[in-house]
Amino acid sequence: MTGTTQTAYVAPAITAPLPPPIAVGGPVGWVRGNLLNSWSNAIVTFVSLYLIWAVAVPLINFLIIDAVWDGAGRADCLPEKVGHTVGACWPFIGAKFSQLVYGFYPWNLHWRVDLTFALGAVLLVPLMIPRAPLKMLNSILFFGVFPIVAFFLLVGGSFGLEHVETRSWGGLLVTLVVAVTGIVVSLPLGILLALGRRSHMPAVQGMCVIFIEFWRGVPLITVLFFATYMLPLFLPNTWTIDALLRVLVGVALFSAAYMAEVVRGGLQAIPRGQFEAASALGLGYWKTMGLIVLPQALRLVIPGIVNNFIGLFKDTTLVLIVSIFDFLGQMRAAFADPNWSTPVTLYTGFAFCGIVYFVFCFSMSRYSLFVERRLNTSHR
Amino acid sequence: MTGEREGPAARPRLAVLYNPKLRGIFYQLVLLAILVWLGIEFALNAKTNLQAQKIATGFGFLDNTAGFGVNQSLIAYQESDTYGRVFFVGLLNTLVVSAFGIALATAIGFLVGVARLSNNWLIARLAGVYVEVIRNLPLLFQILFWYLAVLGALPAPRNAISVLDGVFLSNRGIAVPRPLFGEGSGLVLAAFAIGIVVTLMLRFWAQARQEKTGQQFPLGRAAAGLILGLPLLVMIAAGFPIGFELPQLRGFNFVGGVTMIPEFTALLIALSTYTAAFIAEIVRSGIQAVSRGQTEAAYSLGLKPGRTMSMVVIPQAMRVIIPPLTSQYLNLTKNSSLAVGIGYPDLFAVFAGTTLNQTGQAIEILAVTMAVYLVISLITSALMNWYNSRLQLVER
Repeated sequence: MTGTTQTAYVAPAITAPLPPPIAVGGPVGWVRGNLLNSWSNAIVTFVSLYLIWAVAVPLINFLIIDAVWDGAGRADCLPEKVGHTVGACWPFIGAKFSQLVYGFYPWNLHWRVDLTFALGAVLLVPLMIPRAPLKMLNSILFFGVFPIVAFFLLVGGSFGLEHVETRSWGGLLVTLVVAVTGIVVSLPLGILLALGRRSHMPAVQGMCVIFIEFWRGVPLITVLFFATYMLPLFLPNTWTIDALLRVLVGVALFSAAYMAEVVRGGLQAIPRGQFEAASALGLGYWKTMGLIVLPQALRLVIPGIVNNFIGLFKDTTLVLIVSIFDFLGQMRAAFADPNWSTPVTLYTGFAFCGIVYFVFCFSMSRYSLFVERRLNTSHR
Repeated sequence: MTGEREGPAARPRLAVLYNPKLRGIFYQLVLLAILVWLGIEFALNAKTNLQAQKIATGFGFLDNTAGFGVNQSLIAYQESDTYGRVFFVGLLNTLVVSAFGIALATAIGFLVGVARLSNNWLIARLAGVYVEVIRNLPLLFQILFWYLAVLGALPAPRNAISVLDGVFLSNRGIAVPRPLFGEGSGLVLAAFAIGIVVTLMLRFWAQARQEKTGQQFPLGRAAAGLILGLPLLVMIAAGFPIGFELPQLRGFNFVGGVTMIPEFTALLIALSTYTAAFIAEIVRSGIQAVSRGQTEAAYSLGLKPGRTMSMVVIPQAMRVIIPPLTSQYLNLTKNSSLAVGIGYPDLFAVFAGTTLNQTGQAIEILAVTMAVYLVISLITSALMNWYNSRLQLVER
């Protein structure tokens, strides 16, 4: 090509600029790129918009705009009195609030329940903040001391506190008692089962595998029935076990099996080198596990434990089938109250119940995601 | 350090107390002894308690008359039948709702899972909201909601909501047309079966030919023609032997057709939408687990997006999806026992519920019920493991 004098093409003037591309930035560009970039996508977009419209508008109307905010009885929530279609009847929730939270716990002793809730919250919040200090002390207080204090506070009968039958407990109190007991008992039990499953002793391993797989293979409701109807037959007839305690035993055994599988996942994630290094330092089995392996493994499975807790929290609703009135059970009982029987009572109850459960479970699942992301920093 | 060191042969003998092997055996013997003692104790207690409460033992009660009605039964059942028959009625009802639930949950779950990954921002968010709302509400709450608030609010049969004059929604259930098989309908069904078999053979042949020569065969069109077209032709030739019996309002309820009782409908909707939310997450994470390089490689080979999805991404994603999907199927089957909360006569409700109440034989009944759920779990996981092993990567 060298030495050629022939010029190929030289533009005589600057070409006119092309028209700018159809907006690629800004809200318009975003809508074009993400929602209307093809015919099929546009149809999907409009169908989704219609769906949102069809669900959100009645929902907002029901919950806020058409809702009745104060009143004293069913008459205030009837359309004849209100003058327009009635949405949620919030006074109904107000009237039933104490029943929904405390069940039939004696009115003058509600402070004991409140104190237990507050104590639990005070201990739980720093436990959940990764940067808060004194984690060890905090967990001992929450998992070891708090259940005992809560037991004496709620049941009473000693330290000058009046005894309260568990039969009169109910509502959110029972929901939280069942869920927290389940998790507090099932954590140590699950760790032992997981260690047993990975043990080299055939009898221990076999026993743990059978235990875990059995409870995981049957529905929780059969476990609750087992605890309610079958367990008393197996125990000496001089023992009378409280109905709530029976359910707690069933829930603890059931969730221990699930917890064991979560912990096992953590144990398997610890590299062999850690075990070998511990042995090389002369640590025995329990010291290896307690000082080296479990602290690392448990930290890895925090999201799994939280997810288990969410599952347990949702599953506590099942106790209503063995006639223990938890939050949902109390709500169901409240529907039957003739003083509040209106066409919207049912929907108000479901809306409130749904919001409470959703807030609890959703915040827990966000927390588990947060921990997961924190643990993942080194990998991504 | 030199000279005085002993050889490995002269290792110091461990005292019996510190021999790990002997210790292990000792611990295990202690554990076994405790378990045996507990077992004996339980058995003795059970014996005295049962005698004290005058509860019969053994499985003789299965031959006794049940004496209660069941509002949905797939096999002939009346109140004078035995508890043994009640057991099968319940078992079939559990299996029916689980089977329909699994099919529906899989369909909804895959749809929502793929929608969550759609590049349409709106539908992806919508699918996300669905998953979060459904997953964070208790299942029993949802079952009660569908049963009491949705299906319970439907009008009485007299004012039933009708869809195309064939399906009627009322608070007595959903009435749908029942297919009537007249004379010659066997031919149509046979044609349908032949269509399926021929399609399978055709697929086999087309695959072999493509591997050999690279020529493709329009399998989709052929399959449509064989599976739908062939029975249709036979139907026309035989003079429409298959008709439909429409449900009709007679008095206070519908007569004719098939009526799905509201308990079944509520349970089915709740179970399938609930499990679908979990399946959607599994599908999403499975698809995301396939590295982007696979998609890009498929594009650079000239595959279209649809074929990339079906031939490259999904087969690899399935390997990640199958194991957790199995446990979701098991969960659905176990969760079907929540039927007792609304009175759908599944195994748990009629056997561990009513039968236990009437006979009081808790040990036998709960043992049988638990065993049935365990067996269902084991069979489902065995089937899924078999399918999973077929999908596994064949490595060296």
